[in-house]
Amino acid sequence: MSFWDRVKPYVMVSPSITVFLLFFIYPIMYLFFLSFTSWNLISLTKTFVGIENYVELLKSPQFHLVIKNTVLYTFLMVSISIGLALPTALWLNKRGFLHKFTQGVIFTPHIISLVSISLVWMWIMDPDYGLLNWVMGFVGIPPSKWLANPKTALISLVVVGVWKTLGYNTLVLIAGLQSIPKDIYEAAELDNASKWRNFYKITLPMLSPSLFFLLVISTIASFKVFDTINIMTQGGPIDTTNMIVFFIYQNAFDFFKIGYASAAGVLLVIFLGLMTFIHFKLLANRVHYR
Amino acid sequence: MEARERVQQSLRIRKKEGRIENSKNLEILKKGAKGLEISGLIILILIFGFPFLWMISTSLKSFSEIMIFPPKWIPDKLMFENYIRAWNSGPFLRYFFNSVLISISILILQFATMIPTAYAFARYEFKLKKLLFAITLLALMIPEQITFLPVYLQMSSWNLLRTYAPLILPFAASGFGVFLLRQTFMQVPDEIIEAARLDNASEWKIMWKIMMPMARPVLITFALFSFISQWNSYFWPLVMTNTQSLRTLPIGVAMLKDAEALTRWDTVMAGNMILIAPMLVIYFFAQKQIIKAFVYSGIK
Repeated sequence: MSFWDRVKPYVMVSPSITVFLLFFIYPIMYLFFLSFTSWNLISLTKTFVGIENYVELLKSPQFHLVIKNTVLYTFLMVSISIGLALPTALWLNKRGFLHKFTQGVIFTPHIISLVSISLVWMWIMDPDYGLLNWVMGFVGIPPSKWLANPKTALISLVVVGVWKTLGYNTLVLIAGLQSIPKDIYEAAELDNASKWRNFYKITLPMLSPSLFFLLVISTIASFKVFDTINIMTQGGPIDTTNMIVFFIYQNAFDFFKIGYASAAGVLLVIFLGLMTFIHFKLLANRVHYR
Repeated sequence: MEARERVQQSLRIRKKEGRIENSKNLEILKKGAKGLEISGLIILILIFGFPFLWMISTSLKSFSEIMIFPPKWIPDKLMFENYIRAWNSGPFLRYFFNSVLISISILILQFATMIPTAYAFARYEFKLKKLLFAITLLALMIPEQITFLPVYLQMSSWNLLRTYAPLILPFAASGFGVFLLRQTFMQVPDEIIEAARLDNASEWKIMWKIMMPMARPVLITFALFSFISQWNSYFWPLVMTNTQSLRTLPIGVAMLKDAEALTRWDTVMAGNMILIAPMLVIYFFAQKQIIKAFVYSGIK
């Protein structure tokens, strides 16, 4: 092997690897470092404070609330968006124009900026002239200030999140349904198995990889929620929609508590790392066994 | 093969018998079910499609028509002025230009970096391959919601905050793209490459004449995925820009809401239309490709 042959692969991967090291790997290490310091962006020196930021975080009632909100939001997002996607997928998984058209329509929000989605839903949820209060009037629900009411603000964000992701989740499940071999159903039909039994014994187990995939990526995505919060509620009212990424953003850029924000960032790294590890295991399995 | 045919035949017979038995009742039931299903589909289409129509309708209303309850569906006079007002309320031409420039530059850089990287990972053996590939996977997993703070500080210390660099450079390579393309390159059968080598084809020729045509669908998929994600991106440009001249369309549109104390939803929705119209046009023409890009690239 000539010198060039040995060097060539490294030359080919180096542009990508440089970017990955500079903007992904190094920043994580820098974040760890910052989490042990106290710094307000303006002063020239960062003071080393040990684990003080972490202690302060874990003692802070606001941070407890932020974690509680994030976990609640994630739980609601995951259970509702997958819980609705499963029956929708079973229903829409048919030939024919109308079914295909519906698939196309419910997927549309997935390719639209969350900025647009947040704005249009703010308008729909407007307390005075909003469409939602008008629709709710028919069902007999009195008008509400959806986003300004501490009781409904978080669930309103969940509604917007579900509206955005349902189409994607449904289409992932439809892809999963279509990969189930048809002969299994034919054999089951020969045994006179009921539809319900078919669903339990064939569809659900065969669909479980897709469901698990959705479970993991929805958990990660919900934990990272920021856009809707920043545009629609700013974390309010009274912190009821303040969640981890918004909390980090606010502490860093509004309160200039870089060390404190970094410590919260490190906790986020640890949680997402755990979830991603599961995701990666899943990904690796799929790649090997197919 | 034969067993399968027999199974299908017996199924067909059984279905026929069933049909004769209660064909009349079934017909009525089926019609009812069909009607119910179609109304269900229409409700679903309304829930997901109507907010877009509502956006268009609002964007063409006069300010007084917005403050009517119950809401008015179609404005009396189409107020196209709203679009002009939205466009003139900030440097929208600049926002639009920035959005296009950033999305396209990122796409070009990603292609330039990922093709050789994926090729090397798929086709060569080298000492640090495992480690470097692990770094690629890590980059694919680490979200921007974690890196934004340290990258912002890095960019600030390099005095790059008032340039396009923080908006483009961190995305100049894509872990996801490398991963996707490597898979594709690995699937090209060795026999084809061996045959080309026997014909004295150079490595360069093999890459461009054999590998690239085979990777075309994946490259299109990735291009759509990358462009749409960048165009819609809000969080990263929000963090990385504090001068108007660098801001992108999503930031500009989001700022429309805060411009006045009383939100002018007619203007905001007009701005909103400017932001989503290009996506809706692309989606209209390449719906199948886009769904494939987002759905299948996630699972496969």
